Amino acid sequence: MHNLTLTELSAGLGAGEFSSVEVTEHFLARIKRLDGTYNSFITITEEQALAQAAMADQQRAAGSVPALCGVPIAHKDIFCTDGVRTSCGSKMLDNFVPPYNATVVENFAAAGVVVLGKTNMDEFAMGSSNETSYYGPVKNPWQTDCVPGGSSGGSAAAVAARLTPAATATDTGGSIRQPAALCGITGLKPTYGRVSRWGMIAFASSLDQGGPMARTAEDLALMLNEMASFDSKDSTSLEREVPDYRANLNRDVSGMTIGVPEEYFGEGLNPATEQAVRDALAELEKQGAKLKAISLPHSHLSVPAYYVIAPAEASANLSRFDGSRYGYRCENPADLRDMYMRSRSEGFGDEVKRRILIGAYCLSAGYYDAYYNKAMQVRRLIKDDFVSAFKDVDMIAGPTCPNPAFEFGAKSDDPVAMYLEDIYTIATNLAGLPGMSLPCGLVEGKPVGLQLIGNYFDEGRMLNVAHRYQQASDWHSRCAPGID
Amino acid sequence: MSIDRSDIEKLGELARIHISDENALASAQRINEVLALVDQLQAVDTANVEPLANPLGARQRLRLDEVSETNRRDAFQATAPATEDGLYLVPKVIE
Repeated sequence: MHNLTLTELSAGLGAGEFSSVEVTEHFLARIKRLDGTYNSFITITEEQALAQAAMADQQRAAGSVPALCGVPIAHKDIFCTDGVRTSCGSKMLDNFVPPYNATVVENFAAAGVVVLGKTNMDEFAMGSSNETSYYGPVKNPWQTDCVPGGSSGGSAAAVAARLTPAATATDTGGSIRQPAALCGITGLKPTYGRVSRWGMIAFASSLDQGGPMARTAEDLALMLNEMASFDSKDSTSLEREVPDYRANLNRDVSGMTIGVPEEYFGEGLNPATEQAVRDALAELEKQGAKLKAISLPHSHLSVPAYYVIAPAEASANLSRFDGSRYGYRCENPADLRDMYMRSRSEGFGDEVKRRILIGAYCLSAGYYDAYYNKAMQVRRLIKDDFVSAFKDVDMIAGPTCPNPAFEFGAKSDDPVAMYLEDIYTIATNLAGLPGMSLPCGLVEGKPVGLQLIGNYFDEGRMLNVAHRYQQASDWHSRCAPGID
Repeated sequence: MSIDRSDIEKLGELARIHISDENALASAQRINEVLALVDQLQAVDTANVEPLANPLGARQRLRLDEVSETNRRDAFQATAPATEDGLYLVPKVIE
């Protein structure tokens, strides 16, 4: 049953082949049996899941229900869940039980979706390896001495290990696409504002975007249909109708022009990864798409611009964690200042502290223009590269990451090396464009991803291209060794 | 640009994060590595380039000035470290 895709589970429930309670019990049992190895869940919500499943079965018996009614998923532990601890991977929020649901959580609940639990992540979504989680690292199901990527490493590993058919995730600089690539699954970061950020714990508000992870593009379309919405509670939510993302999945890709940026195939790209990506592009070409070499000349500036903008926004967003109203408070504070200092120093991990300090530096008097303003100007240049490229092409494609999954500890002492793993994913966040990753090969026995970057609001076409590729390839249905 | 030990202490003060003596040098060194990466920005000519804050160039949406939330004080204070009579308790600020 766990080998069925989300789409197949939905169909099976509709045909009465099994009940939601049966599906939910199956996945819960699997999580309990196997997740000791992967550590992909922080919290398992067994009782609630079974109650939701029983309710979904009743609704289905009573009449017409949404496609995902009764299907189980998992939420990244960054989405607030009413009555269920939401830790954001941090000691700071280890005791935080929100009294409300994120809009994303509400949207899935309204569709009758069952929630198996909350997935592990880098602390406050700051990381590319899941090693910064207060709850310990997640193991990559393909090779357990390797990282699953981050920050949505728990969601990615749980889908790859068949512990859940799909999961929610968030992407600030690659946190959906990079772990999707490293764990051999499919993940989509929508256009900025397409998915509500309300109740999604903020890291860098002008970059953060929620999105789905699953095994196939078809499953992502089902997920995004529920996840995307206009939300008046999110001031940057898109006031646009949500299309049916399944509508054009099967459309022919012939005649489509796919831009291949030369900057994404330069120094630092693993040659075997490059070969896998080129093979995937050749498949799309075989289906009639036209490949066109393009240039995104400011690409090399995306990581530097990001490491000003993201920490600056983070230092402001994370100032709310001061021990006063929620989260961790130190023992016996001597005075207010001591409470702030010790609650934050004891509650945050090293990487989070580092980014807060960098952000504070970039925003401090005398440095604002040199760093923050400069980075926002470069951000426009990066966006303009894409805008001008999309005059000639319908979509952009390249590698998701320069390398397959690396071993634990390999980059944890070298922040800059870690940051450069996101070199191909960060620019889309700066530009607010949608991006996705889908499996396109194995290198050293580990998955690598093809990245698609779409024009604004063009998620439907990206899912179409990904689906057509997945009709002609089987990388997305491969399973990590040892997973039955 | 790079920062030294006294800078990092000042940043710690600004960000309300305690930097221990044994970690100060290592923290400053890590941050300097990141700042060296970031310094690539300085070489770019950005004269007459308008800064981009919202990636879609969108403006903040406004709403009518009317009550839209119900009072859920008890639910929100249930997650607080310390409260009394509907107030959040913190260490004494004024003697």
